[in-house]
Amino acid sequence: MPAQRAARTNDEADHPSSPVLQFGSDKPLKLDAGSLLSPFQIAYQTYGTLNDARSNAILVCHALTGDQHVANTHPVTGKPGWWEVLIGPGKIIDTSRFFVICSNVVGGCLGSTGPASTNPATGKPYGLDLPIITIRDMVRAQAMLVDHFGIEKLFCVLGGSMGGMQVLEWAASYPERVFCALPIATGARHSSQNIAFHEVGRQAVMADPDWHGGKYLDFGKRPEKGLAVARMAAHITYLSEAALHRKFGRNLQDREALTFGFDADFQIESYLRHQGITFVDRFDANSYLYLTRAMDYFDLAADHGGRLADAFAGTKTRFCLVSFTSDWLFPTEESRSVVHALNAAGASVSFVEIETDRGHDAFLLDEPELFAAINGFIGSAARARGLSA
Amino acid sequence: MTVNRAQRVDLEVVTDLIPANSRVLDVGSGDGLLLELLQETKQVDGRGLELSQRGVNECVARGLSVIQGDADTDLEFYADKGFDFVVLSQTLQATRNPKVVLDQLLRIGNRAIVSFPNFGHWRVRFSLLIKGRMPVTKDLPYSWYDTPNIHFCTIRDFVNLCEELGATVEKATALDANGQKIGLSMPWWFWNFFGQQAVFLLKR
Repeated sequence: MPAQRAARTNDEADHPSSPVLQFGSDKPLKLDAGSLLSPFQIAYQTYGTLNDARSNAILVCHALTGDQHVANTHPVTGKPGWWEVLIGPGKIIDTSRFFVICSNVVGGCLGSTGPASTNPATGKPYGLDLPIITIRDMVRAQAMLVDHFGIEKLFCVLGGSMGGMQVLEWAASYPERVFCALPIATGARHSSQNIAFHEVGRQAVMADPDWHGGKYLDFGKRPEKGLAVARMAAHITYLSEAALHRKFGRNLQDREALTFGFDADFQIESYLRHQGITFVDRFDANSYLYLTRAMDYFDLAADHGGRLADAFAGTKTRFCLVSFTSDWLFPTEESRSVVHALNAAGASVSFVEIETDRGHDAFLLDEPELFAAINGFIGSAARARGLSA
Repeated sequence: MTVNRAQRVDLEVVTDLIPANSRVLDVGSGDGLLLELLQETKQVDGRGLELSQRGVNECVARGLSVIQGDADTDLEFYADKGFDFVVLSQTLQATRNPKVVLDQLLRIGNRAIVSFPNFGHWRVRFSLLIKGRMPVTKDLPYSWYDTPNIHFCTIRDFVNLCEELGATVEKATALDANGQKIGLSMPWWFWNFFGQQAVFLLKR
């Protein structure tokens, strides 16, 4: 099964099981790295119906290891969409009311052009020949997708973590195209500690002999051990010490006593190994390198002369930021600095900090206070936009 | 908020001072009572700053633009004259540095509206003078050891502070114990004695 799933993941890179939009040589993607990506493609999902005024579109931006399958069963894992608790008919983001778009980011591995996609120049996967992708590149590509739907102004752009970075970039790059923005558990830049964790992950991938300098697909291999270790390390940062202690404590895994060896004696070890193993089936290792790099490079203030408020000067977009008390990847202070910048820019901004011990990943979970905030914010914005209930 | 909802007659007075479609910042917005009132009756573009996370979350869930923050430290992040009105209702006495806060209000807003309980009210004076106890009244229900109100002032004190900060009092209203406005013709000493709450419209 894992081998089959991995093969399936390889297939998804070029031939996704979701709709895909191809851009030929007449529509290249201009990259921050200085080059043009062409041809390229974006794989996406949509839910609900675009109204006649094209005013009810919501763009959902996915996080580092997410994808376009936000509210449908995942084609590789068979699991529910990653935000199905929030998005669907009759849910907080009601797809019988809104037209929801979610696309795989450029640099990803589920159908949008990324390192596992075939390089038309060589007929082989790009590997490391793909230029470095930035958050702004991802957003530029999404804007081309939104153009394709004939949508001038999105009602809402929302997302958590790396998705939240894209939301902030959308609001900064295309202020006139975003009616309201909902960045969750994110920041306007990646902190030194976050870059450090990502570097550990990348080095783990590159240290795996099966990585083959990034050309593993040419050899019919995948650096599974390295990528699993990267995922294990990263996964710890998505949780909190309190949640780990509550869930696992020092409990032993299927045994009465310590074995005096290096087996997974503790439940937490077993849990992390499971997280690592299941991840490698559905994700491309090079894609992990590219997307972590995109997050590391993100620094919205630096793109605007070092003053974050200037990124949002004159904005009419309504903002609502959400952070979680136990998130140590994007602590509340990161959100607060964005809020201060938005205040200085005179923007309409709400900010909610939610008390939870579930850490960074809380944004993906059933958090009643998060849902109440999203519901209140989207509801009042929809009234202001003249969207009927 | 440090005074309960039923006693907030000052909110109506504040609302009357604000023209329709103004840009309003409510500092210490609590559960959003004033902001909601202003949005419904005056269609203002309203924002809030509130210390308690519970209050903020409630406001946002009700569709109001409110952020969590501290009037003592976070007002500096707002732009000069970013709002037509900045409202500080029943919160001045709970700030650590009322003078700095008032100065910030006058910087951020074209006008500032400040309401506060008057510590010069006769009941307060009576309690201290005759009973020898720190006053606990309907408006100020806390004991001295658990009160969030750490910087009380009288109407006269407040007028002096406004002078110090170069603020002009454009309008002032005092409410008596029944929430009735005290006649404009009355002298300051009368306001200071019978006014239980005061609402000031300031400009600088």
